[in-house]
Amino acid sequence: MSRPVPHFTLFSRLLHWGMAILVLAMLFIGIGMVSTTSPRYAGLLSVHKSIGIIILVLVAVRLVNRLRHPPPPLPADLPAWQKIMARASHVALYALMFALPLVGWSMLSAGGYPIVIFGSLHLPAILPHDAAMFAMLRSAHSALAFALFAVFLGHLGAALFHALIRRDEVLESMT
Amino acid sequence: MPEADDPPPPSEPQEAHVAQDDTLALLKRRPLQALGIGMVLAATAGGFAYVGGFLSPNRLSADKMADAIETAGGGPHAGFRRAHAKGICIAGHFTGSVAARTLSSATVFSGAPVPVAGRFAKASPDPYAADSAIGTRSMALRLQPAGGDEWRMAINDTPGLAVSTPEAFYENALASAPDPKTGKPDPARMAAFLARHAEAAAFKARMKTQPIASGFATDSYNSINGFLFVAPDGTRRLVRWSMQASDAFVPFTPQDGAGRGANYMFEDLLARVAKGPMTWRLIATIARPGDPNRAAEVWPEDRQKVDLGTLVIDHVESEATGNCQDVNFDPLVLPAGMAASDDPIPFARSAVYAASFRRRTGEHKPPSAVANQQAEAPR
Repeated sequence: MSRPVPHFTLFSRLLHWGMAILVLAMLFIGIGMVSTTSPRYAGLLSVHKSIGIIILVLVAVRLVNRLRHPPPPLPADLPAWQKIMARASHVALYALMFALPLVGWSMLSAGGYPIVIFGSLHLPAILPHDAAMFAMLRSAHSALAFALFAVFLGHLGAALFHALIRRDEVLESMT
Repeated sequence: MPEADDPPPPSEPQEAHVAQDDTLALLKRRPLQALGIGMVLAATAGGFAYVGGFLSPNRLSADKMADAIETAGGGPHAGFRRAHAKGICIAGHFTGSVAARTLSSATVFSGAPVPVAGRFAKASPDPYAADSAIGTRSMALRLQPAGGDEWRMAINDTPGLAVSTPEAFYENALASAPDPKTGKPDPARMAAFLARHAEAAAFKARMKTQPIASGFATDSYNSINGFLFVAPDGTRRLVRWSMQASDAFVPFTPQDGAGRGANYMFEDLLARVAKGPMTWRLIATIARPGDPNRAAEVWPEDRQKVDLGTLVIDHVESEATGNCQDVNFDPLVLPAGMAASDDPIPFARSAVYAASFRRRTGEHKPPSAVANQQAEAPR
């Protein structure tokens, strides 16, 4: 290495990789649980709710952390459209990481379901019981999850593009 | 190493010049890496599609089951539950017994009256089915003790189910679907199903000898499935339960509804509650080791029975204004002190009820068969 690479703070990197595992696991658990009638259904659903709340807490911590410790700048020679895509995809990732757990929690509230995480912790409803609202939020939850998976694929592809093709400091700054 | 909030080195010009877009040239120079990235992305998307069942058309998803149930019912009835479509809301309270508290630590058994919302229904997927048509009837309940530890159940007046697995349930639904040519189920398909599933044939034979109750108030309702009760000392017991009517059993006869409308059983229920509260005893049957935890199999009569408490229903009201229409009576909404057992059916019920709930809440619901009705027990 010819010169030191500007890094994200250690805490930022821990948040990034920890949440990467949780978010990816959530997407797979979510799509898996709605596709099965097997006994796995209940366990997956229960884990899904608990991880969702963990992600909601972590993304709030992460946003504050990001505002206090701005990320290193993108490479100066990155084409403008890629800079725009990078910023837009990061905004989308944050927005979706907030939206999915909030929509999930709201959806269960509007559906009149008890909301239990970690096996026994009851969360309050954050919306009144309303079937039409439930239907809308339930569809939104799926649509947003597919959107998050698409943005995640773009993010993964971009990280690998930076590491293997552009061979710049972008991925390294997060490791 | 420098942290992100350190000032950038002065030698790095920020946005000093318009960056030249060499992306395509870079990709051409490193085709193997580009291919590798494409493969990683394709594998990730493929894994997602596989887990989601998009590559497994034979997987029994909740939507596939809901589709089969709709087909068996002659097509979807928009706005209504995909099964047990014709119903009416009920309300009252439940009081748990001392004996119940030795079997389960659930707060519903505390002994304090627990508010209950619920629903009586005919199991047919047709929301306007005639009450004189013989078929399963059900009670669905939502017990809401203080503290939010809810218990929901949807229980039938049959001693169990015709089948013990979701896959067999699905086959049964397909075999029951009306033939487009005749509008009636194809007897050959049903015969083939019964030949493959001896327990379903045995269930049908048992049902023929089972006396049918005259209406909702004189009927008793069974958990269908096995669940675990967790005692305060942690002991887990496999149980089934039954809501046993205090009103004397009166047998159904096809003449009961003669000269009356399609909703006579619901009208009888409204008239019955107007006379006074209806009560049911909740009786648990405790399995012995080795008893089959299969919905189509009955347990021997001599199994220990425990009176868990009393359900009082003192209010009956049509769905549009009642307390039950927007509730999914998911049998896996269980309080601490109860748990799912290894009976596979409740998991599938939970998943399919969720699919039905999602479908119907997104649809416009026409008026229920029994609309604008309400009756209450005198205080």
